[in-house]
Amino acid sequence: MLDATFNLSTTTTPRAFNGHTSIYLPVIATIEDVQVESKLEKVYDVRLPGGENLGHSPGQFVMVSLPGVGEAPISVMSSPSRTHDTFRLCIRNAGDLTNVIHKLERGDRVGIRGPFGRGFPIEVFKGKDVLIAAGGLGIAPARSLIDQIIDNRADFGRLIILYGARNPSELLFRDAMAEWEERDDVEALVTVDRADDTWLGHVGVITRLFEHIQINPYHTVAITVGPPIMYRFVVMELSGKGLTPEQIWMSFERRMKCGVGKCGHCQVNHRYACQEGPAWTYAEALAFEEAL
Amino acid sequence: MSLYILPKDQLSAFVEALQASFRVVGPTQTETGYAFADIVDPEQLELDYDTTVLPPKKYFLPQREVLFNFHANALEPGTGQLEVEPVFQDVTPTVIFGVHTCDMNGIMLYDKVFAEGFRDEHYMERRDQIYVIGIECLTPCDDASFCKDMGTLTAPPIYDLHMTEVNGSYLLDTGSERGEALLLEYSEAKMAKSEDMQLLGRTLSAKWPHFRHRLKMSRDQTPSLLSLGYDAHIWEDLGERCLACGSCTNVCPTCFCFDVQDELDINMEDGERVRVWDSCQLHEFALVAGGHNFRESKASRVRHRLMRKGKYIKQVHGLLGCTGCGRCERACLVDITIPGTLNALYEEMQLEPGG
Repeated sequence: MLDATFNLSTTTTPRAFNGHTSIYLPVIATIEDVQVESKLEKVYDVRLPGGENLGHSPGQFVMVSLPGVGEAPISVMSSPSRTHDTFRLCIRNAGDLTNVIHKLERGDRVGIRGPFGRGFPIEVFKGKDVLIAAGGLGIAPARSLIDQIIDNRADFGRLIILYGARNPSELLFRDAMAEWEERDDVEALVTVDRADDTWLGHVGVITRLFEHIQINPYHTVAITVGPPIMYRFVVMELSGKGLTPEQIWMSFERRMKCGVGKCGHCQVNHRYACQEGPAWTYAEALAFEEAL
Repeated sequence: MSLYILPKDQLSAFVEALQASFRVVGPTQTETGYAFADIVDPEQLELDYDTTVLPPKKYFLPQREVLFNFHANALEPGTGQLEVEPVFQDVTPTVIFGVHTCDMNGIMLYDKVFAEGFRDEHYMERRDQIYVIGIECLTPCDDASFCKDMGTLTAPPIYDLHMTEVNGSYLLDTGSERGEALLLEYSEAKMAKSEDMQLLGRTLSAKWPHFRHRLKMSRDQTPSLLSLGYDAHIWEDLGERCLACGSCTNVCPTCFCFDVQDELDINMEDGERVRVWDSCQLHEFALVAGGHNFRESKASRVRHRLMRKGKYIKQVHGLLGCTGCGRCERACLVDITIPGTLNALYEEMQLEPGG
């Protein structure tokens, strides 16, 4: 049976069309702005018809379509607190579809379905110290959560952000990171696997940052988002600091073709990442053999 | 809802009458065996068939199905006009004759998969237009069948009409009001008498000894057996044999996974987004952008299929994902079978300390 937290409400689907509804039919949205974020990533501001609010929670994703090219799941980067008539996506040029998306400009159109999936339970995080460990492009979905916490700062305890990229040229959101580093109420640490001449900060994989932070395990929740290989090692560090599997949340990347729990691609054991995920606790993940 | 009787020689007239208002399909003889196909001449209908290569799932979830039409500039995507219009394909009043009890169990699972959670209107609208006429299985299809093990040797409550051949007549049970209306409007069926019911009861109870068990465990044990056997050795052996051809999932009455693809017309502007049957046995099935594959090895993919059949689908939808129809076994080029796999797993688990 489907999990109690299974969420069937989406903003863009299903919608009626001549008396029918199709969960596969995207709405046509407009790109309001495009910013180059790095060699591989661009950030898109997307406007739904009529400027409708996407109504997502941090950690949810949308299915982005270019009819004629294809469709893929993309995490929402903007926080609900900063999402009004546009929402924001950070898209890496990593395949056939995203290659074409990278050619799009302001005013171009894309199909959108969603938001889908179960995001991070931000209500559960309230009053707690929040540690976010993001690797690579994982900083994009993490950004949704970080900005939501910063915009409601009094509702949370400490905010600790650990961010790792392979090299300085792949670091995303440098401006935001500089702001976080300046704030008294945010503890942000960045590392790169391999430094270059310009880099004066931490060097090494993300787990190396854990030696620089101390946490109160009774009052902390941790959220980790990044490539699959990262989770095992981040979880070891978090466990070493006294966190239980119930206090650790992670987002699972999987191939997705439908976003609505039918096509079978995103299955992790008996769970569908597009429905009951992509955010799961480590405790939940431990119950699936296929998760990590 | 009641029991009716129709002499066998009046079946053709029933089919012919239906053809005026419905697409009628059923098992037919082909050069390579039986296949569900459109019935043009009532004489084509072969209710006394063993099995078909494909189950009737192709009428419920077509191998290729258009989800929507689009109009877009494919040379410069995102620019210019972008319009989408949903398509509800093959929503045709259809009567399917001769569905075996295993395949009706497959349809029962599909009905749950596409109705639960997000409702899939493409499936549901077509489903509403399909009348299922089952036929009672009185002898096994062949040695590959293990319906008795899987509890699918009896008709599940999804049929509109269900036929049992008794003494030169068909006894027809009505499973739905629309099924009864269909029978009364298009056939000369009469209410069955008490002696017909007695004959039906005797026929049904006499069929069971003709079917054999193939599993060494009960079907209720398969979820826990598969849980225990997640790291068993047999998966590596099966992975080495498996050709990853996807035949098993194509012919399976409960496999519903699909891929979504965009197909462009030659004008590079109009096109269709379609879903096509996909297979978890294929290498790309769990591959993500960036190159990570969550089921890289064939062993992990074979295991996933068995896990779905004997455990995962039951966890999600409450029904086992295997109907014991035997089609994957007949289709497999390297003789991988579900009973063989479950039995080998059962044996391996007996050898575990404390097992």
